[in-house]
Amino acid sequence: MANRPLTFLTFLSLLPLICLSFSLENPTDRRILVLLDDLAIKSSHSIFFKSLQTRGFELDFKLADDPKITLQRYGQYLYDGLVLFSPTIERFEGSLNLAAVLDFVDSGRDLILSADVNSSDLIRNIAADCGVDFDEDPSAMVIDHISYALSDTEGDHTLVASDGFIQSDVMLGSSKIEAPVLFKGIGHSLNPANSLVMKVLGASPSAYSANPNSKLSNPPTLIGSAISLVSVVQARNNARIMIAGSLDMFGNRLLKSGVQKAGSSNKYGKSGNEQFVTELSKWVFHERGHLKAVNVKHHKTGETNEPAMYRINDDLEYSVEVYEWSGKSWEPYVANDVQVQFYMMSPYVLKTLSTDQKGLYYTSFKVPDVYGVFQFKIEYQRLGYTSLSLAKQIPVRPFRHNEYERFITTAYPYYGASFSTMAGFFIFSIIYLYNK
Amino acid sequence: MAASEDAKASSLRYAFGNVIAFFILLLIGILAFSIRLFSVIKYESVIHEFDPYFNYRVTQYLTKNGIYDFWNWFDDRTWYPLGRVIGGTVYPGLTLTAGTLWWILNSLNIPLSVETVCVFTAPIFSANAAWATYLLTKEVKGTGAGLTAAVLLAMVPSYISRSVAGSYDNEAVAIFALIFTFYLYIKTLNTGSLFYATLNAIAYFYMVCSWGGYTFIINLIPMHVLLCIVTGRYSSRLYIAYAPLVVLGTLLAALVPVVGFNAVMTSEHFASFLVFIIINVVALVYYIKGILSPKMFKVAVTLVISVGLVVCVAVIAVLIALVASSPTMGWSGRSLSLLDPTYASKYIPIIASVSEHQPPTWPSYFMDINVLAFLVPAGIIACFSPLSDASSFVVLYIATSVYFSGVMVRLMLVFAPAACITSGIALSAAFDVFTRSIKFQLPGLSGNSPIDAGDTSSGSVVAQNETVKTEKKEDPGKERPSRKTEKNEDLSKERHSRKNKKKEKENVEKISVKPQEEKRLLVLPLEASVIAIFLLVLLGAFYVVHCVWAAAEAYSAPSIVLTSHSHDGLHVFDDFREAYAWLRHNTEVDDKVASWWDYGYQTTAMANRTVIVDNNTWNNTHIATVGTAMSSPEKPAWEIFNSLDVKYVLVVFGGLVGYPSDDINKFLWMVRIGGGVFPHIKEPDYLRDGQYRIDSEATPTMLNCLMYKLSYYRFVETDGKGFDRVRQTEIGKKYFKLTHFEEVFTTHHWMVRIYKLKPPKNRLRGKTKKSKAKATATTSSKRSVSRKNPWH
Repeated sequence: MANRPLTFLTFLSLLPLICLSFSLENPTDRRILVLLDDLAIKSSHSIFFKSLQTRGFELDFKLADDPKITLQRYGQYLYDGLVLFSPTIERFEGSLNLAAVLDFVDSGRDLILSADVNSSDLIRNIAADCGVDFDEDPSAMVIDHISYALSDTEGDHTLVASDGFIQSDVMLGSSKIEAPVLFKGIGHSLNPANSLVMKVLGASPSAYSANPNSKLSNPPTLIGSAISLVSVVQARNNARIMIAGSLDMFGNRLLKSGVQKAGSSNKYGKSGNEQFVTELSKWVFHERGHLKAVNVKHHKTGETNEPAMYRINDDLEYSVEVYEWSGKSWEPYVANDVQVQFYMMSPYVLKTLSTDQKGLYYTSFKVPDVYGVFQFKIEYQRLGYTSLSLAKQIPVRPFRHNEYERFITTAYPYYGASFSTMAGFFIFSIIYLYNK
Repeated sequence: MAASEDAKASSLRYAFGNVIAFFILLLIGILAFSIRLFSVIKYESVIHEFDPYFNYRVTQYLTKNGIYDFWNWFDDRTWYPLGRVIGGTVYPGLTLTAGTLWWILNSLNIPLSVETVCVFTAPIFSANAAWATYLLTKEVKGTGAGLTAAVLLAMVPSYISRSVAGSYDNEAVAIFALIFTFYLYIKTLNTGSLFYATLNAIAYFYMVCSWGGYTFIINLIPMHVLLCIVTGRYSSRLYIAYAPLVVLGTLLAALVPVVGFNAVMTSEHFASFLVFIIINVVALVYYIKGILSPKMFKVAVTLVISVGLVVCVAVIAVLIALVASSPTMGWSGRSLSLLDPTYASKYIPIIASVSEHQPPTWPSYFMDINVLAFLVPAGIIACFSPLSDASSFVVLYIATSVYFSGVMVRLMLVFAPAACITSGIALSAAFDVFTRSIKFQLPGLSGNSPIDAGDTSSGSVVAQNETVKTEKKEDPGKERPSRKTEKNEDLSKERHSRKNKKKEKENVEKISVKPQEEKRLLVLPLEASVIAIFLLVLLGAFYVVHCVWAAAEAYSAPSIVLTSHSHDGLHVFDDFREAYAWLRHNTEVDDKVASWWDYGYQTTAMANRTVIVDNNTWNNTHIATVGTAMSSPEKPAWEIFNSLDVKYVLVVFGGLVGYPSDDINKFLWMVRIGGGVFPHIKEPDYLRDGQYRIDSEATPTMLNCLMYKLSYYRFVETDGKGFDRVRQTEIGKKYFKLTHFEEVFTTHHWMVRIYKLKPPKNRLRGKTKKSKAKATATTSSKRSVSRKNPWH
C-alpha cells in the first residue's frame, strides 16, 4: 500500500516515454488515419479535425481511393484509430478492404464511420458487420415534421434537431448538452438483442425514414424512436466504434449554426453538435471510460502471501485496484457497485467490494464449506465503461486428515468404553491364565 | 537299524525333493515374469491402457511428495471444477507397493525411473502370485498339485491380459493378495495357529488396500465357514481361522480411507458379521455340549433355540428394515450388477457402458483359460476325494467365481486362479494315478520304492491334510482297522521327527493307511497309462503354445500404440501420444480439455492438462453434462463447454484407419448417459428405425450433433467420398462448416482430433446480409483452414 504513490509517480514520470503509442497502459489513440471522399472535407470539417489535433492526435489525411493506403506494415498497425468520412467510396484502393477494416477493429482499435445519404455498399457492410443496419433505401433520409430545425427556408424537414441523447456521463461528458444536435442524413436501426451496440442519439417518436423527393407509396420501414441517428459499438475486446448517418453533422456549418427546434421557443445560438461530436470522439478514442484492474491480491486473514490453495472454511481477504484512464493518466475509479464472486459453476459468495476512494477495492469472506476449483470473478459491465472481467482460479481443498478435531467431547463415552474394555480384557487374561 | 536307515534314505529323498521343488518354483517365477515381457520387447517400456496412467501419475506424486501428501492429495486437475480427493478415493495398495519398490531400489543406489518400476510391477507380482498359488494348492492337495497349479497360473492368459509389463493396474497386485489371503486362511484352517490368523488379517488388509474385489474374500470365506458349520465340520481351527479375520480384518479395512466406514455399513460386509455371530453361537453350543450331560444338553438346546429364534427374528427384522430404508438396499451399483446381471444395463448406463463390465462370450472362456476349462471339472472331482476343509474351500471358490465371471468379463480374473488351482489338482492327481500304475506294472522295480516315492511326492501331504481332519469327533478314519505296514509307520515317524510339531501320532498312523489302500485300487493298464500321460503332456503343450501366443500377440498391445499388419508391412499408429504431446506443448498449463471420459486419465497423465471427466466415474452428472454437450448441436454444446471453462475438445475418430473403438461407436452411450440426467436428449432422436447409422439415412439430430461434426469435419477431403472404414459406409453429411469450434490439430492418421472453442464474436452482425460480405467471409475461412491442413 505504502509504495503505491511512489509507483504512481514513476509511472507519471515515464508517461511521456510510453504514451507514444496506443497500448494497454495508455489506451488513448495517437495516430489516426482519416479517409476522405474528397479533400474538401478536410476544410469543411476543420473544426472537428482541429479539436482532435489539439487533443494530441496525429491525423493522417488520405483520399479513400489513394492506392497507397495501408493499415499495417510488417504485421504492425500503423494507426490506432480510423476515421471513415468517405460515405460514397465503392471500394478502397491499396490493401484496404472490408475485411481489413474489421480486422483493424478486432485488433482492438477504434473506428469512426460516417455514412450519408447514398452511401456505398462498402460503408453499409462495414456498419452491418458492426451491428448497425442503415435504411435499405439508399436515398432515404430521416424526416421529422414535428421536431425539425427551423431554418430560413421552409424545407423538407430533413434537417432534424434531436435531443434524444443517451443518459451517460461517460460517453457524452459530465456537462449536459443543452442545445439539440442537428442531423441531416440517413437513419439506421439496431437489433435490440445485440448488447454491444448502443443508440447514442435517437430520433424523436415522430420521425421516419423515407426518400424526401418521392411520394410515400408504402409505410416507411423505419419509424419513430426505433430510428437511431448516431450509435456506438463497444466490441468485446473494448474496441469502440461510432457510426453516424450524417457526414454533415461533423461539418463546420452545422457545428457553428444556431438552432431552434420547431414548436419550441428556445433558440440556441449554437447547436449541440460541436459538444456532441467532441465528447463522443473523446469516448471513442478512449480518453474516457477506460477501466483497468490491477494488483489482484488475495490471502488468508492475518497473512500476506498468496497461497496456492485454500482450505474450506478459511477466512480470506481479497483486494483489487481499479483505475480509470483520464486521457493523460490513470485516476482512481470510484464506485460502490463493484462485486466479486467466489465462483464454481455458480457463485458461492457474492460480495460488494468496499473502496478506499483511491482505487483500492477490498473485502473479506469465509471460503464456503465446499471444495473444488473456485474462481475469484469480477464481471463489471457498466454503460460506457470498458468491461472488466477478471477471473483468477484458486483450488479449495478439504481438510487434511490431521486437521480434524482429535478428541470430541460428545465421544468421551466411547473413548471410556473402549479403554475400559481394553483394561478389562487385560485383567481377565491375567486372571484366566495365572489363577488356578 | 533297518528302520533308521530307511528313515535316512527317505529324509534324503525328501530334502532332494524340496530342492527340486525350490528350483521349479524359481523357474516358475522366472517364467511368470518373462512371459509378460512381450509387450516391452515388441513395443517399448510404456504404461498401457487408461487406468494405469492414473496409477502411474499417482505413483509419481507419491514418490515426489511423500505419503502424507499423497494421503491428503486434492487433485484440482481432474473433474474440473469439482476436483477429486485422490487420497480418499483411491485404493492405495498398488501405488504404495510400487512406491516402496522404487524407494528401496533408489536407496540401494539403483536409479530406476518411476515409470520403469511401474511397468515391471505387474510381472513381479505375477511371479509372487504363482508362488502364492503353489502355497495354497500345496495346503489343499500337496506339493505336486501346488507346482502344477503354479505353472498353470504363471501363464494363464486371463491373468496375463491384466498383468503384462506396463499394465500397471490394481489387479496386478490384487490377484497375488487374493491368493495369498486364501492361502493364509487355509493354512490357519489346517494348523489352527493364531500366528497365521493374524498374518491372514494383514494379508486381507493388503488386499483391501489394493482392489475393490476384496469383497469377494469377505463374502467367500464366510460362505465357506458356514458350509463347514452346516456340514458338521466345525472345529476350533475354523474358529481361529475366521474370528480374528473378521475382527482384525474389519478394523484394518476401516483404516483404508476409500473403504472407511463402508467396512461396517454396506451390505457387502454383512454376511461376514452374520457368520461371525453364527460361529460364536456354534462355538458356545459346542462348549456347553462339552460340559453338560446329554440330557441336560437337550433341555438347554430347546430353551436356547426358542429364545434364540425370537432374538434372531427381531434382529433380522431390524436389519431388513435398515437395509430396505436405503434406496439401493445398501448395495453399491457394481455389487448389485453382480447379483443381478441385468441391473446395470437397466439402471446404470455408466457401468454398463464399460466393455469389461459386460458378460463374457463363450469363446472368451476358451481364449482366457483354454484347456483349463476341461480340467476344472476333473479338479472338482479330485477335490471331493477326499473332501477336506481345504478342498471344500477350493470347490466353493471355483463355483462362486464361475458365476461371477459369467456376469462380468473383468471377473474372469478372479476365476482364473481358481481354475488354475483345480486344474493343477486334476493334472497332478491324473499324473499321480498314471505314473503309479506304470510303476506298479513295470518289471524290475520292486513294490517298495515306488510306494515310497508316491508317498513323498503327493501322498504325504494328502495324509497331512487328513491328520488335520482327524481331530474332529466323527473321525472318518476311526472305522478303519489299523493294518499298517512297517514302511508306513517309518514314513510317518520320519515325517514327525522332521516336522516336529504335531502331537497326534496315533491319528497320523491310522490315517496314512488310506493312500496305500487307494493306490492298490487305482491301478490302470500300462498301455492306457502311457497313452494317457502322453495325451496329458500334449494337452499341456497345447496350453503352453496357446499361452505364449496369447501373451505375445493378443495381450501385449499397449493400446496407446496400435499396430496393424498389411501386405506392405507393419503400420504403427502412434496417434494418441502425438495428440497428447501436442496438447502438452501447445496449450497453456491451466487450459481445460474436454473429451469423453475414457481419455481423461491419459490426458492428465500424458498431456498434463486439466480434464472435465475421467475414468474414475464418480460423478454421473458431470459425465452426463459432457455427454449432453457431445450430443447437442454446436451452439448449445459451445455454451455447455464454455460454462465449464473448456478451451479444447478432443475426439477420437477411427473412420479413416478403421479403428473401431472410437467416439462415434461410443456415442450412443454418451446419449444414454446424457439423457439419463438431461431428459431433452432422447436416444430415439439419434436412431433411424432403431438403427444407429451415420450415413445419409441418419436422423438430422445425429447429423447435427457435435460429435458427428467434430468427427467428420473435413473428412470428405481425405478420399473425396467420406467413406468411413469402421462403419463401412459413406457418411451422411459431408460438407459443413464449424461456427463455434475450430480445428487446431489432427493427428497423422486422424485418430485424435483436437478442436478449440472459438471465443465469442467480437462484434455482433446486424440483420442486413450482403452477398459480398458472405463471399469474403468464406474465402477467408477457407484460407485459414487450408493453412493448417494436417493431412500429409
